Amino acid sequence: MKINELAEALGWKKLTDCDGADREALGCYCGDLLSWVMGRAKADDVWLTVMGNINAIAVATLADVSAIVLVESAALDAEALARANQQEVAIYATELPAYETALQIAAALKA
Amino acid sequence: MSMLQLKYSVPGDDFTRAGEASGDVKHKLKKLGYNPAAIRRVAIAMYEGEINMVIHAGGGEAIVDVDPDKVEILLIDHGPGIADVNKAMQEGWSTAPDNVRSLGFGAGMGLPNMKKYSDEMTIDSVVGQGTTLKMIVYAQSPKP
Repeated sequence: MKINELAEALGWKKLTDCDGADREALGCYCGDLLSWVMGRAKADDVWLTVMGNINAIAVATLADVSAIVLVESAALDAEALARANQQEVAIYATELPAYETALQIAAALKA
Repeated sequence: MSMLQLKYSVPGDDFTRAGEASGDVKHKLKKLGYNPAAIRRVAIAMYEGEINMVIHAGGGEAIVDVDPDKVEILLIDHGPGIADVNKAMQEGWSTAPDNVRSLGFGAGMGLPNMKKYSDEMTIDSVVGQGTTLKMIVYAQSPKP
């Protein structure tokens, strides 16, 4: 499923210019420690986190996740937003915690 | 002589610029049509190295040699050196300060990740003088 379709199905709010229509969601990874994410997340995972800083954008780009979803409405700082737009990383926000969001992604990807 | 040599200066204490060098390498390897799995491993391993130089060494230098069959990454700093390399290689062991942890770093996974994603890694570190770290990632590696 494409990222933009998943976002629409689950009601996420788009924060970046890029909507991830060119990226496939193949799985999901939850985590806030950046090296942990780089060590364990797989390419094309949707990354659920509360880390909305510029380093998270670098991690998303280098680890090649398909999108970032900021859970529990975690803040995205302005610098990070600018970098995400430049690097074409899709970022969405949801009010739900990581657990519920991950469950919903699992259900959507199975359907 | 490698097919392509890339050189970068990694500024110290600037987390906003960490990742520029590895991002550029990723971009160039993509343009060269390099194996995507190898590109991802190079990008992550090199970013972890950059971050280490920013956190611990006041910056340093990165030299990347690209050949059709492998990418060699040399990271050179003149920081405090690593007193106990075996300890530093353990997952979860970190000397990163609290301000760095609040950014999401300092989980003690940097060097383990670099070892995980490279095919070969050597660390040459002298306390008080600095660290030279070499990683090789093969284009066709048995690693995932």
